[in-house]
Amino acid sequence: MRRNRAAIAWGVVGVLAVLVAWEVYKFLGPAEGFVVGAITGETGSGVMLLPRTNDRAMPHIWEMVARLFQSTSGGDTPPLIVPVLTAALTTLGIAAVGWLIGVAVGVLLGLVMQRWRLAEWGLLPWIVVSQTVPLIAFAPLIASIGSQVDRAGTVPWPQWLSVAVIASYLAFFPVAVGVLRGLEAPDRIHLDLMRSYAAGYWATLFRLRLPAAVPHLLPALRLAAANAVVGAVVAEVSIGMRGGIGRMLIQLAGQGSSDPAAPWGPTFGSIALGLVAAGSVALVGIALKNYRRGEATA
Amino acid sequence: MTATTELAVRVTGVGKTFPTKAGDVVALTGVDLTVAAGEFVSLIGPSGCGKSTLLRLIADLDGASSGSLEIFGKPAKQARIDQDYGIAFQQAGLLPWRTVAGNIELPLELHGMAKRARAARVAELAELVGLSDFVTRYPDQLSGGMQQRVAIARALAAQPRLLLMDEPFGALDEMTREYLQGELTRIADDTGAAVVFVTHSIPEAVFLSDRVVVMSPRPGRITDILDMTLGGTRDDALRESPKYFERVTAVREALHGAPVERANER
Repeated sequence: MRRNRAAIAWGVVGVLAVLVAWEVYKFLGPAEGFVVGAITGETGSGVMLLPRTNDRAMPHIWEMVARLFQSTSGGDTPPLIVPVLTAALTTLGIAAVGWLIGVAVGVLLGLVMQRWRLAEWGLLPWIVVSQTVPLIAFAPLIASIGSQVDRAGTVPWPQWLSVAVIASYLAFFPVAVGVLRGLEAPDRIHLDLMRSYAAGYWATLFRLRLPAAVPHLLPALRLAAANAVVGAVVAEVSIGMRGGIGRMLIQLAGQGSSDPAAPWGPTFGSIALGLVAAGSVALVGIALKNYRRGEATA
Repeated sequence: MTATTELAVRVTGVGKTFPTKAGDVVALTGVDLTVAAGEFVSLIGPSGCGKSTLLRLIADLDGASSGSLEIFGKPAKQARIDQDYGIAFQQAGLLPWRTVAGNIELPLELHGMAKRARAARVAELAELVGLSDFVTRYPDQLSGGMQQRVAIARALAAQPRLLLMDEPFGALDEMTREYLQGELTRIADDTGAAVVFVTHSIPEAVFLSDRVVVMSPRPGRITDILDMTLGGTRDDALRESPKYFERVTAVREALHGAPVERANER
Protein backbone atom coordinates (compact mmCIF):
# COMPACT_ATOMS: atom_id res chain seq x y z
CA MET A 1 0.00 0.00 0.00
CA ARG A 2 2.80 2.42 0.88
CA ARG A 3 4.61 1.57 -2.33
CA ASN A 4 1.41 2.28 -4.26
CA ARG A 5 1.09 5.70 -2.71
CA ALA A 6 4.73 6.49 -3.45
CA ALA A 7 4.23 5.45 -7.07
CA ILE A 8 1.23 7.76 -7.41
CA ALA A 9 3.14 10.62 -5.77
CA TRP A 10 6.08 10.22 -8.15
CA GLY A 11 3.69 10.07 -11.10
CA VAL A 12 2.20 13.41 -10.06
CA VAL A 13 5.70 14.87 -9.57
CA GLY A 14 6.61 13.73 -13.10
CA VAL A 15 3.62 15.49 -14.66
CA LEU A 16 4.21 18.65 -12.61
CA ALA A 17 7.87 18.67 -13.68
CA VAL A 18 6.83 18.90 -17.34
CA LEU A 19 4.41 21.76 -16.60
CA VAL A 20 7.03 23.61 -14.56
CA ALA A 21 9.69 23.11 -17.26
CA TRP A 22 7.30 24.58 -19.85
CA GLU A 23 6.58 27.68 -17.82
CA VAL A 24 10.20 28.17 -16.72
CA TYR A 25 11.45 28.03 -20.29
CA LYS A 26 8.69 30.35 -21.42
CA PHE A 27 9.76 32.80 -18.72
CA LEU A 28 13.51 32.59 -19.37
CA GLY A 29 13.77 31.87 -23.10
CA PRO A 30 14.02 34.52 -25.84
CA ALA A 31 10.61 35.72 -27.10
CA GLU A 32 11.59 35.36 -30.76
CA GLY A 33 13.77 32.30 -30.22
CA PHE A 34 17.45 32.07 -31.01
CA VAL A 35 18.33 31.74 -34.70
CA VAL A 36 21.75 31.38 -36.26
CA GLY A 37 22.62 32.21 -39.85
CA ALA A 38 19.45 34.15 -40.55
CA ILE A 39 19.53 36.44 -43.60
CA THR A 40 17.98 39.80 -42.79
CA GLY A 41 14.72 40.42 -44.54
CA GLU A 42 14.19 36.78 -45.40
CA THR A 43 11.60 35.15 -43.14
CA GLY A 44 12.19 31.59 -42.11
CA SER A 45 15.88 31.59 -43.00
CA GLY A 46 18.60 30.27 -40.68
CA VAL A 47 18.50 27.51 -38.12
CA MET A 48 16.44 27.93 -34.98
CA LEU A 49 18.33 26.63 -31.96
CA LEU A 50 15.93 27.77 -29.26
CA PRO A 51 12.16 27.88 -29.92
CA ARG A 52 10.18 31.07 -29.60
CA THR A 53 8.52 31.72 -26.28
CA ASN A 54 5.97 34.35 -27.25
CA ASP A 55 2.31 33.74 -26.44
CA ARG A 56 1.57 32.60 -29.98
CA ALA A 57 4.20 29.85 -29.96
CA MET A 58 3.97 28.85 -26.29
CA PRO A 59 0.70 29.77 -24.63
CA HIS A 60 0.60 29.60 -20.83
CA ILE A 61 -0.68 26.33 -19.44
CA TRP A 62 -3.52 28.10 -17.68
CA GLU A 63 -4.52 29.66 -21.01
CA MET A 64 -4.65 26.20 -22.60
CA VAL A 65 -6.85 24.96 -19.77
CA ALA A 66 -9.03 28.05 -19.79
CA ARG A 67 -9.46 27.76 -23.56
CA LEU A 68 -11.10 24.37 -23.03
CA PHE A 69 -13.99 26.09 -21.28
CA GLN A 70 -14.41 28.97 -23.74
CA SER A 71 -16.74 28.65 -26.67
CA THR A 72 -15.36 26.70 -29.61
CA SER A 73 -15.60 29.30 -32.33
CA GLY A 74 -17.35 32.28 -30.74
CA GLY A 75 -21.03 33.03 -30.52
CA ASP A 76 -23.30 30.37 -29.08
CA THR A 77 -20.96 27.46 -29.83
CA PRO A 78 -20.40 25.11 -26.87
CA PRO A 79 -17.13 25.26 -24.89
CA LEU A 80 -14.16 23.67 -26.66
CA ILE A 81 -14.08 20.75 -24.26
CA VAL A 82 -17.40 19.44 -25.61
CA PRO A 83 -16.29 18.87 -29.23
CA VAL A 84 -12.89 17.69 -27.94
CA LEU A 85 -14.52 14.99 -25.78
CA THR A 86 -16.91 13.98 -28.55
CA ALA A 87 -14.05 13.65 -31.00
CA ALA A 88 -11.91 11.80 -28.48
CA LEU A 89 -14.71 9.32 -27.80
CA THR A 90 -15.23 8.78 -31.52
CA THR A 91 -11.54 8.04 -31.98
CA LEU A 92 -11.49 5.87 -28.85
CA GLY A 93 -14.30 3.74 -30.28
CA ILE A 94 -12.49 3.36 -33.59
CA ALA A 95 -9.17 2.61 -31.84
CA ALA A 96 -10.94 -0.01 -29.70
CA VAL A 97 -12.24 -1.75 -32.81
CA GLY A 98 -8.74 -1.53 -34.31
CA TRP A 99 -7.29 -2.93 -31.08
CA LEU A 100 -9.71 -5.86 -31.12
CA ILE A 101 -8.93 -6.66 -34.76
CA GLY A 102 -5.20 -6.31 -34.05
CA VAL A 103 -5.37 -8.52 -30.95
CA ALA A 104 -7.36 -11.19 -32.81
CA VAL A 105 -4.94 -11.21 -35.75
CA GLY A 106 -1.90 -11.05 -33.44
CA VAL A 107 -3.08 -13.93 -31.25
CA LEU A 108 -3.86 -16.01 -34.31
CA LEU A 109 -0.43 -15.34 -35.83
CA GLY A 110 1.26 -16.09 -32.50
CA LEU A 111 -0.61 -19.39 -32.18
CA VAL A 112 0.22 -20.44 -35.74
CA MET A 113 3.89 -19.52 -35.35
CA GLN A 114 4.18 -21.39 -32.05
CA ARG A 115 2.43 -24.48 -33.43
CA TRP A 116 4.52 -24.78 -36.58
CA ARG A 117 8.17 -23.78 -36.46
CA LEU A 118 8.09 -23.50 -40.26
CA ALA A 119 5.35 -20.88 -39.98
CA GLU A 120 7.53 -18.91 -37.57
CA TRP A 121 10.42 -18.93 -40.01
CA GLY A 122 8.12 -17.95 -42.85
CA LEU A 123 5.97 -15.34 -41.09
CA LEU A 124 8.09 -13.59 -38.49
CA PRO A 125 10.36 -11.74 -40.96
CA TRP A 126 7.29 -10.47 -42.83
CA ILE A 127 5.65 -9.37 -39.60
CA VAL A 128 8.75 -7.38 -38.70
CA VAL A 129 9.04 -5.91 -42.20
CA SER A 130 5.35 -4.98 -42.18
CA GLN A 131 6.04 -2.45 -39.44
CA THR A 132 8.56 -0.59 -41.59
CA VAL A 133 5.88 0.35 -44.14
CA PRO A 134 4.91 3.96 -43.37
CA LEU A 135 1.32 4.32 -42.30
CA ILE A 136 0.92 7.36 -44.55
CA ALA A 137 1.71 5.23 -47.60
CA PHE A 138 -0.49 2.42 -46.52
CA ALA A 139 -3.55 4.31 -45.27
CA PRO A 140 -4.87 5.60 -48.64
CA LEU A 141 -4.61 2.06 -50.02
CA ILE A 142 -6.87 0.67 -47.28
CA ALA A 143 -9.22 3.63 -47.68
CA SER A 144 -9.58 3.04 -51.42
CA ILE A 145 -10.09 -0.71 -50.98
CA GLY A 146 -12.70 0.11 -48.34
CA SER A 147 -14.58 2.57 -50.53
CA GLN A 148 -14.56 0.10 -53.43
CA VAL A 149 -16.00 -2.62 -51.22
CA ASP A 150 -18.59 -0.14 -49.95
CA ARG A 151 -19.52 0.93 -53.47
CA ALA A 152 -19.90 -2.68 -54.58
CA GLY A 153 -22.80 -2.68 -52.13
CA THR A 154 -22.73 -6.24 -50.81
CA VAL A 155 -20.90 -5.36 -47.60
CA PRO A 156 -21.10 -1.88 -46.12
CA TRP A 157 -17.66 -0.47 -45.36
CA PRO A 158 -17.91 2.90 -43.62
CA GLN A 159 -14.89 5.16 -43.52
CA TRP A 160 -14.30 4.54 -39.81
CA LEU A 161 -13.74 0.86 -40.57
CA SER A 162 -10.81 1.78 -42.79
CA VAL A 163 -9.38 3.79 -39.89
CA ALA A 164 -9.87 0.83 -37.54
CA VAL A 165 -8.14 -1.54 -39.96
CA ILE A 166 -5.21 0.86 -40.31
CA ALA A 167 -5.02 1.14 -36.50
CA SER A 168 -5.06 -2.65 -36.23
CA TYR A 169 -2.07 -2.77 -38.56
CA LEU A 170 0.00 -1.14 -35.83
CA ALA A 171 -1.71 -2.99 -33.00
CA PHE A 172 -1.25 -6.57 -34.16
CA PHE A 173 2.55 -6.46 -34.16
CA PRO A 174 3.34 -6.42 -30.42
CA VAL A 175 0.56 -8.95 -29.82
CA ALA A 176 1.89 -11.42 -32.38
CA VAL A 177 5.41 -11.22 -30.97
CA GLY A 178 4.21 -11.24 -27.34
CA VAL A 179 1.94 -14.24 -27.84
CA LEU A 180 4.69 -16.16 -29.60
CA ARG A 181 7.15 -15.50 -26.77
CA GLY A 182 4.50 -16.14 -24.13
CA LEU A 183 3.40 -19.47 -25.57
CA GLU A 184 7.02 -20.58 -25.54
CA ALA A 185 7.44 -19.38 -21.94
CA PRO A 186 6.42 -22.54 -20.00
CA ASP A 187 9.24 -24.30 -18.19
CA ARG A 188 10.57 -27.55 -19.57
CA ILE A 189 9.33 -29.30 -16.44
CA HIS A 190 5.76 -28.14 -17.05
CA LEU A 191 5.88 -29.36 -20.64
CA ASP A 192 7.29 -32.71 -19.45
CA LEU A 193 4.49 -32.91 -16.93
CA MET A 194 1.82 -32.29 -19.57
CA ARG A 195 3.45 -34.93 -21.75
CA SER A 196 3.41 -37.37 -18.84
CA TYR A 197 -0.34 -36.72 -18.59
CA ALA A 198 -0.62 -37.56 -22.28
CA ALA A 199 -2.22 -34.11 -22.74
CA GLY A 200 -2.67 -33.14 -26.38
CA TYR A 201 -2.04 -29.81 -28.09
CA TRP A 202 -5.31 -28.16 -27.09
CA ALA A 203 -5.22 -29.31 -23.47
CA THR A 204 -1.62 -28.11 -23.18
CA LEU A 205 -2.59 -24.82 -24.84
CA PHE A 206 -5.46 -24.03 -22.50
CA ARG A 207 -4.10 -25.48 -19.26
CA LEU A 208 -0.48 -24.44 -19.64
CA ARG A 209 0.64 -22.30 -22.57
CA LEU A 210 -2.04 -19.60 -22.52
CA PRO A 211 -1.97 -19.07 -18.73
CA ALA A 212 1.83 -19.01 -18.81
CA ALA A 213 1.69 -16.44 -21.64
CA VAL A 214 -0.26 -13.89 -19.60
CA PRO A 215 2.79 -12.04 -18.18
CA HIS A 216 4.08 -11.62 -21.76
CA LEU A 217 0.65 -10.84 -23.14
CA LEU A 218 -0.25 -7.93 -20.87
CA PRO A 219 2.59 -5.58 -21.91
CA ALA A 220 1.86 -6.56 -25.52
CA LEU A 221 -1.81 -5.63 -25.10
CA ARG A 222 -0.84 -2.31 -23.55
CA LEU A 223 1.54 -1.52 -26.41
CA ALA A 224 -1.17 -2.56 -28.85
CA ALA A 225 -3.62 -0.15 -27.19
CA ALA A 226 -1.17 2.74 -27.49
CA ASN A 227 -0.40 1.78 -31.08
CA ALA A 228 -4.09 1.53 -31.94
CA VAL A 229 -4.68 5.08 -30.66
CA VAL A 230 -1.70 6.48 -32.58
CA GLY A 231 -2.73 4.51 -35.65
CA ALA A 232 -6.32 5.74 -35.47
CA VAL A 233 -5.29 9.40 -35.09
CA VAL A 234 -2.79 9.23 -37.95
CA ALA A 235 -5.19 7.29 -40.16
CA GLU A 236 -7.97 9.84 -39.60
CA VAL A 237 -5.64 12.59 -40.74
CA SER A 238 -4.25 10.73 -43.73
CA ILE A 239 -7.56 9.58 -45.15
CA GLY A 240 -9.38 12.74 -44.12
CA MET A 241 -12.05 11.27 -41.92
CA ARG A 242 -14.15 13.83 -40.07
CA GLY A 243 -15.37 13.62 -36.49
CA GLY A 244 -12.28 12.21 -34.81
CA ILE A 245 -9.60 13.85 -32.71
CA GLY A 246 -6.94 13.57 -35.45
CA ARG A 247 -8.88 15.72 -37.88
CA MET A 248 -9.66 18.20 -35.13
CA LEU A 249 -5.96 18.51 -34.23
CA ILE A 250 -5.06 19.44 -37.82
CA GLN A 251 -7.98 21.83 -38.14
CA LEU A 252 -7.23 23.76 -34.95
CA ALA A 253 -3.48 23.72 -35.53
CA GLY A 254 -4.22 25.52 -38.81
CA GLN A 255 -5.86 28.31 -36.83
CA GLY A 256 -3.01 28.28 -34.29
CA SER A 257 -1.66 31.73 -35.11
CA SER A 258 -4.94 33.43 -34.29
CA ASP A 259 -5.99 31.14 -31.47
CA PRO A 260 -2.75 29.59 -30.07
CA ALA A 261 -4.31 27.83 -27.07
CA ALA A 262 -6.98 26.04 -29.12
CA PRO A 263 -4.89 23.18 -30.66
CA TRP A 264 -3.92 22.18 -27.13
CA GLY A 265 -7.52 21.15 -26.51
CA PRO A 266 -7.45 18.18 -28.90
CA THR A 267 -3.84 17.50 -27.82
CA PHE A 268 -5.01 17.01 -24.25
CA GLY A 269 -7.90 15.02 -25.66
CA SER A 270 -5.58 12.60 -27.43
CA ILE A 271 -3.40 12.27 -24.30
CA ALA A 272 -6.50 11.41 -22.30
CA LEU A 273 -7.42 8.96 -25.01
CA GLY A 274 -4.10 7.16 -24.72
CA LEU A 275 -4.39 7.04 -20.94
CA VAL A 276 -7.90 5.61 -21.06
CA ALA A 277 -6.80 3.00 -23.60
CA ALA A 278 -3.76 1.94 -21.55
CA GLY A 279 -5.83 2.07 -18.34
CA SER A 280 -8.43 -0.29 -19.79
CA VAL A 281 -5.69 -2.82 -20.43
CA ALA A 282 -4.52 -2.40 -16.84
CA LEU A 283 -8.02 -3.48 -15.81
CA VAL A 284 -7.56 -6.63 -17.88
CA GLY A 285 -4.31 -7.15 -15.96
CA ILE A 286 -6.12 -6.90 -12.62
CA ALA A 287 -8.66 -9.46 -13.77
CA LEU A 288 -5.82 -11.83 -14.68
CA LYS A 289 -3.71 -11.21 -11.58
CA ASN A 290 -3.62 -14.88 -10.57
CA TYR A 291 -1.79 -15.66 -13.78
CA ARG A 292 0.99 -13.29 -12.83
CA ARG A 293 2.06 -15.06 -9.67
CA GLY A 294 5.60 -16.28 -9.52
CA GLU A 295 6.28 -19.65 -7.99
CA ALA A 296 8.53 -19.22 -4.98
CA THR A 297 11.76 -21.10 -5.38
CA ALA A 298 12.29 -24.00 -3.03
CA MET B 1 4.68 -57.48 -2.59
CA THR B 2 2.77 -60.22 -4.36
CA ALA B 3 4.31 -63.63 -4.70
CA THR B 4 3.62 -63.70 -8.44
CA THR B 5 6.11 -60.80 -8.74
CA GLU B 6 4.32 -58.86 -11.40
CA LEU B 7 6.81 -56.51 -12.97
CA ALA B 8 6.26 -52.77 -12.78
CA VAL B 9 9.24 -51.98 -14.99
CA ARG B 10 11.28 -54.19 -17.30
CA VAL B 11 14.20 -52.53 -19.06
CA THR B 12 16.06 -54.76 -21.53
CA GLY B 13 19.30 -53.82 -23.28
CA VAL B 14 18.43 -50.14 -23.35
CA GLY B 15 20.83 -47.57 -24.79
CA LYS B 16 20.45 -43.86 -25.40
CA THR B 17 22.67 -41.65 -27.53
CA PHE B 18 22.25 -37.93 -27.98
CA PRO B 19 23.51 -36.57 -31.27
CA THR B 20 25.59 -33.41 -30.81
CA LYS B 21 27.70 -31.32 -33.18
CA ALA B 22 30.84 -32.93 -31.81
CA GLY B 23 29.47 -36.42 -32.48
CA ASP B 24 27.15 -38.80 -30.66
CA VAL B 25 27.19 -38.81 -26.87
CA VAL B 26 26.36 -42.17 -25.30
CA ALA B 27 24.19 -41.40 -22.27
CA LEU B 28 23.22 -45.00 -21.53
CA THR B 29 24.36 -48.35 -22.78
CA GLY B 30 23.26 -51.94 -22.16
CA VAL B 31 20.89 -51.19 -19.29
CA ASP B 32 18.95 -54.15 -17.90
CA LEU B 33 16.69 -53.56 -14.92
CA THR B 34 13.47 -54.90 -13.49
CA VAL B 35 11.35 -53.34 -10.79
CA ALA B 36 8.72 -55.52 -9.15
CA ALA B 37 5.25 -54.19 -8.32
CA GLY B 38 5.37 -52.38 -4.98
CA GLU B 39 9.16 -52.34 -4.92
CA PHE B 40 11.20 -49.25 -4.04
CA VAL B 41 14.28 -48.93 -6.25
CA SER B 42 16.77 -46.07 -6.17
CA LEU B 43 19.08 -45.10 -9.00
CA ILE B 44 22.29 -43.58 -7.67
CA GLY B 45 25.49 -42.43 -9.29
CA PRO B 46 27.62 -39.37 -10.09
CA SER B 47 26.29 -36.75 -12.49
CA GLY B 48 26.42 -37.86 -16.09
CA CYS B 49 25.75 -41.51 -15.23
CA GLY B 50 22.40 -41.37 -17.00
CA LYS B 51 20.16 -41.95 -13.98
CA SER B 52 17.80 -39.13 -14.89
CA THR B 53 17.93 -40.17 -18.54
CA LEU B 54 16.88 -43.68 -17.56
CA LEU B 55 13.96 -42.28 -15.57
CA ARG B 56 12.91 -40.13 -18.53
CA LEU B 57 13.00 -43.19 -20.78
CA ILE B 58 10.80 -45.14 -18.37
CA ALA B 59 8.42 -42.16 -18.33
CA ASP B 60 8.52 -42.00 -22.15
CA LEU B 61 9.56 -38.36 -21.97
CA ASP B 62 12.41 -39.36 -24.28
CA GLY B 63 12.70 -42.35 -26.58
CA ALA B 64 15.35 -45.06 -26.19
CA SER B 65 17.89 -45.43 -28.99
CA SER B 66 18.01 -49.20 -28.57
CA GLY B 67 16.52 -51.94 -26.42
CA SER B 68 13.01 -52.12 -25.02
CA LEU B 69 11.11 -50.77 -22.04
CA GLU B 70 7.97 -52.31 -20.63
CA ILE B 71 5.84 -50.81 -17.92
CA PHE B 72 3.37 -53.33 -16.46
CA GLY B 73 3.94 -55.38 -19.60
CA LYS B 74 3.11 -52.49 -21.95
CA PRO B 75 5.38 -50.38 -24.12
CA ALA B 76 6.44 -47.20 -22.28
CA LYS B 77 4.38 -44.97 -24.57
CA GLN B 78 1.18 -46.93 -23.92
CA ALA B 79 1.87 -46.84 -20.19
CA ARG B 80 2.24 -43.07 -20.36
CA ILE B 81 -1.01 -42.70 -22.27
CA ASP B 82 -2.74 -45.02 -19.79
CA GLN B 83 -1.41 -42.95 -16.86
CA ASP B 84 0.25 -45.96 -15.30
CA TYR B 85 2.81 -43.80 -13.56
CA GLY B 86 2.97 -40.54 -11.64
CA ILE B 87 6.05 -38.36 -11.84
CA ALA B 88 7.78 -35.76 -9.64
CA PHE B 89 10.89 -33.72 -10.39
CA GLN B 90 13.54 -31.86 -8.42
CA GLN B 91 11.54 -28.66 -8.83
CA ALA B 92 7.99 -28.98 -7.62
CA GLY B 93 6.88 -27.59 -10.98
CA LEU B 94 3.52 -26.39 -9.68
CA LEU B 95 1.47 -24.14 -11.93
CA PRO B 96 1.72 -20.78 -10.10
CA TRP B 97 -1.75 -19.63 -11.17
CA ARG B 98 -3.46 -22.65 -9.63
CA THR B 99 -4.16 -23.24 -5.96
CA VAL B 100 -2.84 -26.30 -4.17
CA ALA B 101 -6.14 -28.06 -4.90
CA GLY B 102 -6.02 -26.90 -8.52
CA ASN B 103 -2.52 -28.29 -8.93
CA ILE B 104 -3.33 -31.63 -7.34
CA GLU B 105 -6.40 -32.11 -9.50
CA LEU B 106 -4.72 -31.12 -12.77
CA PRO B 107 -4.08 -34.68 -13.98
CA LEU B 108 -7.62 -35.70 -12.94
CA GLU B 109 -9.11 -32.72 -14.76
CA LEU B 110 -7.15 -33.58 -17.90
CA HIS B 111 -8.62 -37.05 -17.85
CA GLY B 112 -12.15 -35.89 -17.51
CA MET B 113 -12.93 -36.90 -13.95
CA ALA B 114 -16.18 -35.35 -12.73
CA LYS B 115 -15.86 -32.29 -10.52
CA ARG B 116 -17.30 -33.84 -7.39
CA ALA B 117 -15.16 -36.98 -7.60
CA ARG B 118 -12.17 -34.72 -8.15
CA ALA B 119 -12.90 -32.67 -5.04
CA ALA B 120 -13.15 -35.84 -2.96
CA ARG B 121 -9.89 -37.20 -4.32
CA VAL B 122 -8.12 -33.87 -3.74
CA ALA B 123 -9.28 -33.83 -0.11
CA GLU B 124 -7.97 -37.38 0.30
CA LEU B 125 -4.58 -36.57 -1.25
CA ALA B 126 -4.19 -33.32 0.69
CA GLU B 127 -4.80 -35.33 3.85
CA LEU B 128 -2.25 -37.94 2.75
CA VAL B 129 0.51 -35.33 2.34
CA GLY B 130 -0.64 -33.32 5.36
CA LEU B 131 -1.75 -30.18 3.53
CA SER B 132 -5.48 -30.21 4.22
CA ASP B 133 -5.36 -26.68 5.64
CA PHE B 134 -3.58 -25.29 2.61
CA VAL B 135 -5.67 -26.41 -0.36
CA THR B 136 -6.80 -22.88 -1.19
CA ARG B 137 -3.29 -21.40 -1.04
CA TYR B 138 -1.19 -20.58 -4.07
CA PRO B 139 2.27 -22.12 -4.60
CA ASP B 140 4.04 -18.82 -3.90
CA GLN B 141 2.52 -18.89 -0.41
CA LEU B 142 4.10 -22.27 0.42
CA SER B 143 7.57 -23.29 1.56
CA GLY B 144 9.75 -25.41 -0.72
CA GLY B 145 8.97 -28.56 1.29
CA MET B 146 5.23 -27.91 1.08
CA GLN B 147 5.46 -27.31 -2.65
CA GLN B 148 7.23 -30.62 -3.04
CA ARG B 149 4.50 -32.36 -1.02
CA VAL B 150 1.92 -30.89 -3.37
CA ALA B 151 3.95 -32.25 -6.29
CA ILE B 152 3.92 -35.71 -4.69
CA ALA B 153 0.18 -35.53 -4.12
CA ARG B 154 -0.25 -34.53 -7.76
CA ALA B 155 1.91 -37.48 -8.87
CA LEU B 156 -0.32 -39.78 -6.82
CA ALA B 157 -3.59 -38.24 -8.01
CA ALA B 158 -4.46 -40.77 -10.69
CA GLN B 159 -3.62 -43.65 -8.33
CA PRO B 160 -0.65 -44.86 -10.35
CA ARG B 161 0.96 -48.18 -9.47
CA LEU B 162 4.34 -46.68 -10.34
CA LEU B 163 5.87 -43.50 -9.01
CA LEU B 164 8.84 -41.96 -10.84
CA MET B 165 10.84 -39.41 -8.85
CA ASP B 166 13.82 -37.44 -10.09
CA GLU B 167 15.71 -36.09 -7.07
CA PRO B 168 12.48 -34.77 -5.59
CA PHE B 169 14.14 -33.74 -2.31
CA GLY B 170 17.36 -32.48 -3.90
CA ALA B 171 16.57 -28.80 -3.39
CA LEU B 172 15.33 -29.09 0.20
CA ASP B 173 17.11 -28.54 3.49
CA GLU B 174 18.24 -31.59 5.47
CA MET B 175 15.45 -31.48 8.08
CA THR B 176 12.63 -31.19 5.56
CA ARG B 177 14.36 -33.82 3.51
CA GLU B 178 14.49 -36.43 6.26
CA TYR B 179 10.91 -35.68 7.19
CA LEU B 180 9.70 -36.12 3.62
CA GLN B 181 11.73 -39.32 3.21
CA GLY B 182 9.81 -40.78 6.14
CA GLU B 183 6.55 -39.53 4.64
CA LEU B 184 7.40 -41.00 1.25
CA THR B 185 8.04 -44.50 2.63
CA ARG B 186 4.72 -44.28 4.47
CA ILE B 187 2.89 -43.11 1.32
CA ALA B 188 4.56 -45.80 -0.80
CA ASP B 189 3.43 -48.42 1.73
CA ASP B 190 -0.11 -47.00 1.91
CA THR B 191 -0.58 -46.91 -1.84
CA GLY B 192 1.41 -50.05 -2.64
CA ALA B 193 2.99 -48.25 -5.58
CA ALA B 194 6.38 -49.21 -6.97
CA VAL B 195 8.86 -46.34 -6.87
CA VAL B 196 11.83 -45.57 -9.08
CA PHE B 197 13.76 -42.89 -7.25
CA VAL B 198 16.71 -40.96 -8.67
CA THR B 199 19.10 -39.49 -6.11
CA HIS B 200 22.73 -38.64 -5.57
CA SER B 201 22.51 -39.07 -1.81
CA ILE B 202 23.73 -42.42 -0.49
CA PRO B 203 21.93 -42.24 2.90
CA GLU B 204 18.71 -41.25 1.14
CA ALA B 205 18.94 -44.20 -1.27
CA VAL B 206 19.68 -46.64 1.55
CA PHE B 207 16.96 -45.35 3.85
CA LEU B 208 14.24 -45.48 1.22
CA SER B 209 15.00 -48.44 -0.98
CA ASP B 210 14.47 -52.16 -1.25
CA ARG B 211 17.22 -52.19 -3.85
CA VAL B 212 19.81 -49.61 -4.85
CA VAL B 213 20.98 -49.50 -8.45
CA VAL B 214 24.52 -48.10 -8.71
CA MET B 215 25.36 -46.40 -11.97
CA SER B 216 28.57 -45.11 -13.51
CA PRO B 217 29.26 -42.50 -16.20
CA ARG B 218 31.02 -42.44 -19.60
CA PRO B 219 29.15 -44.31 -20.86
CA GLY B 220 26.19 -44.36 -18.48
CA ARG B 221 25.56 -47.91 -17.31
CA ILE B 222 24.53 -50.00 -14.32
CA THR B 223 27.55 -51.29 -12.40
CA ASP B 224 25.88 -52.90 -9.39
CA ILE B 225 22.51 -53.66 -7.86
CA LEU B 226 22.43 -53.99 -4.07
CA ASP B 227 19.68 -55.50 -1.93
CA MET B 228 19.06 -53.44 1.18
CA THR B 229 17.03 -56.01 3.17
CA LEU B 230 16.38 -53.48 5.92
CA GLY B 231 12.88 -54.73 6.64
CA GLY B 232 9.54 -53.02 6.54
CA THR B 233 9.82 -50.21 9.07
CA ARG B 234 11.64 -47.09 8.00
CA ASP B 235 11.92 -44.72 10.94
CA ASP B 236 14.52 -42.57 12.66
CA ALA B 237 15.74 -45.58 14.66
CA LEU B 238 16.79 -47.16 11.38
CA ARG B 239 19.02 -44.16 10.64
CA GLU B 240 21.00 -44.99 13.79
CA SER B 241 21.24 -48.74 13.32
CA PRO B 242 24.53 -50.55 12.46
CA LYS B 243 22.77 -52.39 9.64
CA TYR B 244 21.94 -49.07 8.03
CA PHE B 245 25.54 -47.86 8.23
CA GLU B 246 26.69 -51.18 6.81
CA ARG B 247 24.44 -50.65 3.76
CA VAL B 248 25.60 -47.06 3.38
CA THR B 249 29.17 -48.32 3.30
CA ALA B 250 28.27 -51.05 0.81
CA VAL B 251 26.69 -48.54 -1.56
CA ARG B 252 29.63 -46.17 -1.14
CA GLU B 253 32.07 -48.95 -1.99
CA ALA B 254 30.00 -49.94 -5.01
CA LEU B 255 30.04 -46.32 -6.14
CA HIS B 256 33.78 -45.92 -5.74
CA GLY B 257 34.53 -49.38 -7.10
CA ALA B 258 36.88 -50.27 -4.20
CA PRO B 259 36.59 -50.95 -0.45
CA VAL B 260 36.52 -47.72 1.52
CA GLU B 261 38.82 -47.66 4.51
CA ARG B 262 36.95 -47.39 7.77
CA ALA B 263 39.08 -45.75 10.40
CA ASN B 264 36.57 -46.37 13.20
CA GLU B 265 36.82 -50.15 12.83
CA ARG B 266 40.49 -50.47 13.59
